[in-house]
Parts: sequence; structure tokens; C-alpha cells
Amino acid sequence: MNEVALLVAATIASGTPLVLAGLGLLVNEKAGVLNLGAEGIMLVGAIAGFAAAFHSGSEWVAFAAGAAAGMVLAAGFGVLVIWLGTNQYASGLALSLFGAGFSAFVGVQYVGRKLAERSTFEVPVLADIPFLGPALFKQHPLAYAAVLLALALAWFLYRSRTGLVLRAIGESPDSAHSLGYAVRWIRLAAVLAGGALCGVAGAFLSVVYAPLWVEGLVAGRGWIALALTPFATWRPARVLLGAYLFGGVTMLQFHLQGAGVQIPSQFLSMLPYVATIVVLALISRNPAWIRINMPASLGKPFHPSA
Amino acid sequence: MFSPTKRSWLKAAALAAVTVLAACGKEEPPPAPKAPAPEAKAPAPPPAPFKAAWVYVGPVGDAGWTFAHDQGRKAVEAEFGAKVATTFVEKVPEGADAERVIRDLAVQGNKIIFATSFGFMEPMLKVAAEFPDVKFEHATGYKTAPNMRIYDSKFYEDTYLAGIIAGTVTKTGTLGFVGSFPIPEVLRNINAFTLGAQSVNPKIRTRVVWVNTWFDPPKESEAAQSLLNGGADVLLQNTDSTAVLQTAEKNGKLAFGWDSDMSAFAPNAHLGSAIVDWSNYYKKAVRDAMEGTWKTERTVWGVKEGQNDLVKIAASVPEDAKKKVAGIQEAMKAGTFEVFTGPVVDNTGKERLAKDAKADQDWKDKVDFYVRGVEGKLPTAK
Repeated sequence: MNEVALLVAATIASGTPLVLAGLGLLVNEKAGVLNLGAEGIMLVGAIAGFAAAFHSGSEWVAFAAGAAAGMVLAAGFGVLVIWLGTNQYASGLALSLFGAGFSAFVGVQYVGRKLAERSTFEVPVLADIPFLGPALFKQHPLAYAAVLLALALAWFLYRSRTGLVLRAIGESPDSAHSLGYAVRWIRLAAVLAGGALCGVAGAFLSVVYAPLWVEGLVAGRGWIALALTPFATWRPARVLLGAYLFGGVTMLQFHLQGAGVQIPSQFLSMLPYVATIVVLALISRNPAWIRINMPASLGKPFHPSA
Repeated sequence: MFSPTKRSWLKAAALAAVTVLAACGKEEPPPAPKAPAPEAKAPAPPPAPFKAAWVYVGPVGDAGWTFAHDQGRKAVEAEFGAKVATTFVEKVPEGADAERVIRDLAVQGNKIIFATSFGFMEPMLKVAAEFPDVKFEHATGYKTAPNMRIYDSKFYEDTYLAGIIAGTVTKTGTLGFVGSFPIPEVLRNINAFTLGAQSVNPKIRTRVVWVNTWFDPPKESEAAQSLLNGGADVLLQNTDSTAVLQTAEKNGKLAFGWDSDMSAFAPNAHLGSAIVDWSNYYKKAVRDAMEGTWKTERTVWGVKEGQNDLVKIAASVPEDAKKKVAGIQEAMKAGTFEVFTGPVVDNTGKERLAKDAKADQDWKDKVDFYVRGVEGKLPTAK
């Protein structure tokens, strides 16, 4: 029983950076911008966070630094894509590559460095409950923040006026423009918010999860986060589900290997990615379902006709 | 209102780029035509340094495998001074890119090239055929050519020593191993670790998790976490970063450093570091090439030649374990101790080495099983 509790705890920890990055990308995509540069932003956020934690000794400074770094990169991407109308897919890919190289370059002096010891966090009373305690209540605060963020985002997008405007811009920017909304600035705000969240996700990886810096630390999690948004049919609560599914299958395959289960380890390594593809395929069976949920202007540049 | 179009941005950017490039160009001193006279007056120029190059599969900063190789390269620089000029290329993927990098290095005038990962074997073999004057050295492989030879290290001696300590300090009787790929080298290490532990406590069990990569810290972390969740309390790894050790530290358990001294990363969890020191071999190889005594052979060094060792053994390790380790280290240095001495039985019950038989190089190269005590079935077992 204890092993299952530990497995649940490991799943939540593993899924948290995916939740954060996935929610950031969700905000981007709801506004109609597809940011393929998630991996690059996460990497730059990771090195910024690690450097900040190394010099300041504080995690929260590190997360702020990660968010700031993410926003800077996202701002560049936003200007290119929103004002200059460059192809979103190409720009996003370029951003990914840039982020990978830049983070490696800046990070050279931080490889092999150690961060100061951190205290572990437990929710005061709830952590002592027999099974649920170790399973759910011994996570880093950011894990709980991620869950709350998903709920807050769901409320924001579907119950608030600003959220409605954001979704409107994602569905039909021309209509929103004709109603007088500053489409490009709101899109930029969404891109910045997405960049900040991806940066925090990266910082979480380098400061809490690993915790160390090496080149390529993010190891493809940005791409997984990108896959999570259609997986979740662009709904925040389902991003949570997808992230924990991926994290869970990842931890499960290690657990199965350790327990001596007779399945080749290479197959088990594939499992998380295969699970993601299978669910995506199942969701895509009904094209109408996708059309209803996908923001209609996703990936298309907007030119105000004025 | 100023409304920049994409075209105007591009023009401005192009203009800026051209200006910067032109400015950079002007800073270089113009190549003045040197008169032949100064050359005749100057003394004979010193002989051009002997060029040696290294090809790494990972970043030098991994604090593990590649770091250890780079330390060896630096030792060569320190030893030969101005007579040798070294270069390295890091993070070279195994495959077609490697061939290009090795060929580049040969064309640039390097007279000896070291490739430090198994996957560089085929690319290096191809390039070796094209450059008969250059000496090629491949680590941990098995193919050779008239100008290409192989070198390896007895990592399993380190893991055996680590096993002795692990077997003594474990409270749960279960050890954990984070493995990279199920190849003979890694299997030897797992088996030696288990055999060493069993020499102290015959009931030791080892659990193995494969991450199918040499270097991926978050994955190594996750694998380590799952081993600890499953009841292991002492970990060893065959992957290249400090993540496993740090995960053990986070959980209040114990682990070993791998390839380099990792004691700084985990003050409480660190039991010892199983290191490899390539400097002696690299100095010998470069000297061989410079003096013309280089020949194709296979060199596998271990504790005896100072290439492997278990260092920085923690103060918390009990004295009797330390004494036992020291005793075996002495025997290894004297060349009298062979880790793989029979009887060795695999975990399906089949006998792999008869009683008192000592394994030869061929046996060691073909290890494809787990010894008794290691749980699970091999991913590629026949």
C-alpha cells in the first residue's frame, strides 16, 4: 500500500512541470497563438531559475527569474508573430532551437554546481493521514499551486469577461477587432503569460525536481506539454489529467522495472509516449469534436484591416 | 503613425548585420606581405606541437563520464606542455555526425584521436581507413584496424568494492541500480556489485531499472526514486550525472558517485565514488604515438594500474567494511584478485562459471545475464 502512495506522490511531482507548461500553452492557444518554442522557453527558464537559486539561495526568486526569462523570450516571439505576421510554426521552432543553444551557452558555468539545501514541505495536518498523507500532501508548494492554477484558469476562461474576450480573439479575431478590442495587445499578453508559466515550469525542473543544471535538462518535456493541449481538448482541468497521466505512466514503468516485471525495459520506456498518442488518436476520431474545441484562429496570423 | 512593415524591419536588420560584420572585419590586422629576410634571420622555429584530439559523447560538465575523460586530457597537457596541443569536441551524437567530426579532426592535422563512447566504433573505423597516418583510439569497443586500437577499463572492480560497502550498510537488504543500456559492460558492473555485496551478506538482492540513456538527469532521478520507493536503500548507477546520488540524499538514503568524485553533491548520502582515471593511459597512448611505439592492441586497465578505484569512502562506513575493501584493493593492485571467480550462477539457476575458475576476457565480454540475487529478467535475454 505504501508503494502505491509513493507512486501517486511521484506521479504528482513528475506531472507538475507539465501542468504548468501545459496551462501556459493553453492560454497561448486560446488566444490563437501556437507557441512551438515551449521547449526553448522551458530551457531558458530552467537555467535562469538555477542561476537565480544559486546566487540568491531562494527558490521563489528562482521561480520569478524563470518566469521573467520566459517572458522575455515570449515577448520576442510575440512581436515576431503578432506584429510582423511571421509564420507561427517556423518562429516557434526557431525559438526552441535558440532556447536550447542559449541556455547551454549561459549554463556552461553552472554545470556541476550544487544548490543550497532546501527544507521539505508538508501540509501540516493532512500529511499524517495514513495513505493519503504520503500520497498527496507531501508535495512542493508549486504542485498545489499548479492545481489551483488549473482551477483558476478554468474559472477565468469560462466565467469571466476577460476570459470571454480572450476566447473570442482565439475564435475570430476579426470579429473581436471590429468590436473594438485591441486584439494584438491581448494576444501579446496571452503569449507573455504562457511564456512566464513555461519559464516557471523549467525553473521547477532545475531547482526542485533535478535539482541541477545540465545542457538539455528539459529533455523534451516542452514538446510533451505542447501535445497536452489538444490532448486536453483545450480545457484546463483536462490538462491536469493529461499531465498526471503522462507523469504516472513514466513513474509506473520505472516501478514495474524495479519490481522485476517481465516486460522489456525499452517497451516500458516507450509507454508514456505511446499512451499520449493513443489518447490523442481516440480523441481525434470525431473531427467535429476537435473542431468544436479547437480555437478557430489557432496558428493563423491576424492583420487588422484598418 | 510610425507603422513599421516587415520589409522595413528586415532592411534595418540586414543593414545592422552588414555593418557589424564589416566592423569586425576591420579589426583584424591586415595580412602584410612578410619579406623573406626576417625568416632567414630568426632561429629555426620550434617543432610544431603534436596534435591530439578527443571526441566526447556528452558535455564536459556532466561531472561524470566525459568529465573524467577531460581530466585525462588535461593531464596529457600538463605532462607534455608545449610539445602537445590538445583539442576536444563535446556532445557528439553517436552515428553519422560522429563520422564527420572525426574526419574533420583528422583533416585538421591531429595525429591521434580518442573516441570516448561505444557508439563511435563504426564511424571511427570508417575514418581510420581513410587516414593511415593517424592513430585512432576507441574506448569500450571491440573492433580494431592497423591504425585503430581499443582501450577499456575495469569498472567492475570499482563496483565490486562498492558492493562490499553496500552489503554492509544496507538495512533493507535490497540494493538499487540505475542502468543505462543492457550491454555487457553494464551487466558486468551490476553483477560485480551484487557479488561484492553477497561476499558480506549472501542474502542481498539487487533491483535494476533501465533508463535507456547514458545521460538524462530528470529520468535518472525518477528511476532512482522508483527504486527507493520499492525498498532499495543503497543505490549505484551506470549513468553519467549526479542525479541518482542527489535523489538518494533527498530521501535520506545512500548511494555512490560514478566516474568522478561526486562527494560534494551529497554530504550525507555519499558512501564512496567509483572513479575512473584515464590520465595514465592517455599519457601512455600519446607517448606511444609520438615515439613511434604505437601498435594495435587492446588495453584494459583497472585498479592495478591506477585507472579505477573507489575513493572518498565515507567516515560513516563501518571499520570492518573499510578493512575488507582495503584488503581487496591491495590484492587487485598485486594482480591476485579476480572479481569474477567461480562459482558464479545466474539468476535462472544456470552455472556460468565453475568453482574456482577465473573468468577470462572473452567470458567478460560476453556477459549477458544477471547473477543470482539480481531480480528480474534481462531486457535482451535470449
